[in-house]
Amino acid sequence: MEFRIRRRRFIQLGSGVMIATVAHACSPSSPEAGESPSTSGEKPITMGFIYVGPKDDYGYNQAHAEGKEGASKLSFVKTVDQASVPETNEVQEVMRSMIEKDGATVLFPTSFGYFDPHILKLAKEYPDVQFFHCGGLYQADKHPKNVGSYFGYIDEGQYIAGIVAGLTTKTGKLGFIAAKPIPQVLRNINSYTLGARSVKPDVKTQLIITGNWSEPVKEAEAANSMADQGVDVITCHVDSPKVVMETAEKRGIFCTGYHANQSALAPKGYLTGAEWNWSGIYSSYAEKIKAGQTLMNGGIPHLLRGGLKDGYLTISAYGSQVSDAAKKAADAAKEKFLAGTMVVYKGELKDNQGKVIIPAGKEQLQQDPELEKMDWLVEGVIGSTGV
Amino acid sequence: MFFTQTNWRPIAEGIFIPLGSLVLALVLFGVFVTILGNNPLMVYEAMHQTAFGNWRTFQGTLLRAAPLMLTALCTALPARMGLMIIGNEGALVIGGLGAVITGLLLSYGNLTPSLTATPAELSPLLIQLSMALAGILFGGAWIGIVGALKHYRGVNETISSLLMNYIAIALLNHLVEGPLKDPRSLNKPSSFAIPEPFMVGNIGDTRIHYGLIYGIIACLVAYILIQRTTFGFAARVAGGNMKAALVSGLPVGKLTLVICFLAGSCAGLAGMVEVAAVQSQANSSLIAGYGYSGILVAFVARYNPIAAAMVAILLGGIINSGGTLQRNFNMPDATVLLFQGLVFLVVIYSESLYGRLSWFRQSQSQ
Repeated sequence: MEFRIRRRRFIQLGSGVMIATVAHACSPSSPEAGESPSTSGEKPITMGFIYVGPKDDYGYNQAHAEGKEGASKLSFVKTVDQASVPETNEVQEVMRSMIEKDGATVLFPTSFGYFDPHILKLAKEYPDVQFFHCGGLYQADKHPKNVGSYFGYIDEGQYIAGIVAGLTTKTGKLGFIAAKPIPQVLRNINSYTLGARSVKPDVKTQLIITGNWSEPVKEAEAANSMADQGVDVITCHVDSPKVVMETAEKRGIFCTGYHANQSALAPKGYLTGAEWNWSGIYSSYAEKIKAGQTLMNGGIPHLLRGGLKDGYLTISAYGSQVSDAAKKAADAAKEKFLAGTMVVYKGELKDNQGKVIIPAGKEQLQQDPELEKMDWLVEGVIGSTGV
Repeated sequence: MFFTQTNWRPIAEGIFIPLGSLVLALVLFGVFVTILGNNPLMVYEAMHQTAFGNWRTFQGTLLRAAPLMLTALCTALPARMGLMIIGNEGALVIGGLGAVITGLLLSYGNLTPSLTATPAELSPLLIQLSMALAGILFGGAWIGIVGALKHYRGVNETISSLLMNYIAIALLNHLVEGPLKDPRSLNKPSSFAIPEPFMVGNIGDTRIHYGLIYGIIACLVAYILIQRTTFGFAARVAGGNMKAALVSGLPVGKLTLVICFLAGSCAGLAGMVEVAAVQSQANSSLIAGYGYSGILVAFVARYNPIAAAMVAILLGGIINSGGTLQRNFNMPDATVLLFQGLVFLVVIYSESLYGRLSWFRQSQSQ
């Protein structure tokens, strides 16, 4: 008997979906599904996180999802998140739904492409909600007061990984698989190469650009062709380094990670890697908001950026194949970054066409705006920016 | 008497099979949901509430459906003529590029205006219509190439249209990283933006843009064209039996070119809407999979343009409810894709049932 009732109800619901498509629901608005935030005691701060890809991509999105996990450990924080949200009006709808349905007052839409026009549009519509965007695009004269941005100088981690790679390679050939020839990516390639050449000046980095953020087939092909050419340490800057790391391991060569920790994918060949530490950043935002500081009242700066010293990134634990000499050199560089005395970009620096980019005696420090417009590849990189 | 005179069996069959397959898909997905530790009835209830529950959430369904109606026609129209075109994504991208180029040329007289340039004082309606026309022409010409390759060189239209998608995406990347690039778009290469006043707005005080109206009109026009005109009749005859169409003197070559152009123009218009109503500029966000989803919509709608509009709304609802699955039921983000996949697989499988179920066969004894 009970089975029958349930089955009937089931069919009702099933056909309801179809019928509703024909004659759209004009029934009186019913309460929306889903739980409301627990109101026991003090009201928690609801933070919503949105990712452009899956949460377990071993890459960009996993790094942010781990950051969300870190923030959710705070007792006064409640988190919601949604993955695989494209950079269309879909993300506007997801933000809106998190605000209206889940009661989110703080949003972290993490993909670079969410900013303009999507976040800007929603920020105007919901002036009391704070939108934090990963990428550093905020401009005070143009953008709403409730928008902030944050980003880290992860090329510092790539510099250290480059040192380890330089002291590990036997062939003197490193490989870098990159998504797009944009400043953020070029800076990682250059820092990696500079790190390697700081310890072994004749090292070369072979560069392959795949053209898009997620091209698993091309990434695997690139890794294989590099292994064929004698490259023995590979790294990458793509959304999910998974395929690159697995291919390197399969080919019996070394790799250094990016975005998140990929040592589980390449237990033999994983040397180290540049990892985001969003957990610390998101927790510190939550603490500030808890203390009553907001973007609107000026308590939280609209632009937050930093490197190793400021806790934006970490270095993966060294793999078993890393020599003591390499560990020592890498740790020394890390100390200098932590002390704020390391300068990666200093003259005389030539690009791979032989043109002097930074003249002798000049330095470009971490926050130098010139570095944000990088459109060149440093001497030692085999490849071109392709434009 | 009544039952024998009205040919009710095919009608009942046409309603029962799609509905039945939808129910089967719900049952299969329910099994999956149960394995993941959720009560399927509660999940369906929540999905239904999110997608169709009230006007506010239903708007989210409609705005997701808008581009799918247009991209679905890119497959549905040629399919009536027996051509299987899957170049929807490419035509959308090219249409979007055409719209951006036209919008920028009319606003600034230049594709890469100086950063201080002010847009021309023109009527927004004129600019919007020009952008729509450009989207239609660019997208149409793109799939028109597929039709021409098919007709003049005998190239398989499915393969060529698929490959044209990759070409279109490469072209978009090349243009926004080179000739069309706004130098301010450092880490996300994009074209310059169409000025705010010239953007396509929302319908009334909803959050649905006018792209939905374009989609509904296109589906209606396509339906009339296919079902109620001699052109549509000729196309359907050619789709039924190409040789017979040739023997009876139908201009099959011309039909191929025209129908491919119309198909591409619909997807191109979707690209224009995406640029002019949502993104304001051309960049890699245009490649959002609307084209590929459109293929599925066309399949499920059995290439009927009116049905395509409805299936697009259904799919819009499924996408709309995806967030609920993730946030309220803790299911993985791929769940909504799995649900879509199940629905489409079962519906496509059910195609093979037409004419085979004895309930719907004309009984011979009468």
